[in-house]
Order: sequence, then structure tokens, then C-alpha cells
Amino acid sequence: MNPTLLYDKPELYIITAALLLALGVFGLVRRRTLIGMLIAGELIFSAAALNFMAFNRFRAADQSTGQIFVLFIMGLAAAEVAIALSIVIAVYRNYRSVKTRELSDLNG
Amino acid sequence: MSEFPAAGLILNIVFVLALATTLVGAVLAVVTTRIIRSVCGLAICCVGLAELYYFLHSPFLALMEILIYVGAVCVTIVFAVMLAEPEEAVVEKKRGVDFAWSGLAMVVCGAIFFGLWRLGSQQDWTALTPRTNDGSIQSIGKALLTTYSLPFEMISLALLVAILGALAVARTGRDKA
Repeated sequence: MNPTLLYDKPELYIITAALLLALGVFGLVRRRTLIGMLIAGELIFSAAALNFMAFNRFRAADQSTGQIFVLFIMGLAAAEVAIALSIVIAVYRNYRSVKTRELSDLNG
Repeated sequence: MSEFPAAGLILNIVFVLALATTLVGAVLAVVTTRIIRSVCGLAICCVGLAELYYFLHSPFLALMEILIYVGAVCVTIVFAVMLAEPEEAVVEKKRGVDFAWSGLAMVVCGAIFFGLWRLGSQQDWTALTPRTNDGSIQSIGKALLTTYSLPFEMISLALLVAILGALAVARTGRDKA
């Protein structure tokens, strides 16, 4: 491997994934609507997938394992988005709002 | 590698562009006020991630990232935005407590990031084991239908249940008019 090429450095991918995870957690805390939180959750999924691909490329013996795992992550993320958005729309029909602060019927 | 002049430099520039696209998209997805801009940030972030997958020698996953995330997930979120109008309150006055919670969240996420950064940059991530295959699309297809056939079927079941569940949840409460 040529050491001057940046894309052969695993640390860059891992640091990028760490930054994506931190941004995703920050968005999950900061957002006040359900859809904003869903988008932040997608960022966390992407961080995990990028980590899997980086370790697959630089550490794994079988180069197809990580790719298949990331494919499964994508499938589960798509299923999660479908379910979460249908819940968001059902919530909007009942409350006329998707702000998390107003969904407080169970707040004792 | 040395046939084309400055090929390494061009590759480095393209790689830095891919990293910047990913990070700028992620920041946009988190900090913008309007939710539709947040969706656009997610799409930009996914394009950058597809470039990174390409650099990780997986053009298959790069295509899948574009197809599933940009093509399906972002479009579905845009549909939900149109149906549910989830605008964040712009005129709502920020209280001191909100700033305190934002600051706390920033500190926690900064701690997560720096901890992972230190962990990631201290290790030596060079390969130990010899590679048994090249990760081509042929090998992915073979592995999906032999070693990973059970998870493959489980994913199809999960997607089926997700479709049915989404239909069932979104249908209740809908009036006939």
C-alpha cells in the first residue's frame, strides 16, 4: 500500500464514523420533532455502517462479510423508516402535531 | 499508479471532497431549523458516504447507498414532511434551560467523539490475516446464498412485516371522507 494515499488510512474512516455518531446523538437530543429525530437516527446507522466497512476493508479476511452486514443494516434502516414514518403520520392524525413536547398524555 | 501525472494528489483531493461532503451533510442534517433542509442534508451525507464506500473498494454498496438512502429513505421522509408539516417553531423564544440542555448535549457528544478519536488513532489498524477473497459482487452473491442465507431470508421477512405494519398503523384513524 502506498502510504501517501489518504484513502488507505483506516483512522480517517473511523474518525469520520465517530463524528457521524456524535452528530447523530446530538441531533437526537436537540431535535423537537419526530422526523428530525428519525433523521438523526439515520446518521447513527450510517456511522455504524461506515465503521463496519472500514474494519472489513482493513482487517477482515473475508472481504464480503462487512459488505453483506452493511447491506443488512441498510435493509433494517429502510424497514425502520417505513414503520417510524407511518407512526409519525398516525400521531399527526391524532394530535395535529409531531412535536415531542406535546405528546405527553402518559405524563403523570 | 505513476502513469498519470499527479494521480495520487488527485485521488487525495477527491477523497477529502468525499469526507467533506459527508461531514457537511451530517452537520446540515442536525443543525438546520427547517426540517426539509435537514432531509437535504441527509441526502448530501449519503452521497458522501457512497463515495467513501467506493474508496473502500465496494462499488456495490456505493450504488446501494444511493439507491436505498437517497432514492427511497429521503423521498419517503419528504412525503412524511408534506403530510405532517413538522416545522420547528421559529418564533418560540429560547429559554435559558434550552441553552443549558443544548450545551450539555454538545459536551456529551464532544466527549463521545474525542474518546472514539483517541481510541481510533492510537491503534494500528493494518491487516493481520491474509485475505481469502476479493469482495467482488460475485463473492457477495455467493456468500448471500450460502453462508448468509438465513439472515437473508430473515431480512426479507422483516421487510414484509415492516410493510404490513406500516400499512396497518397508517390506516387506523383515517376517516372515510
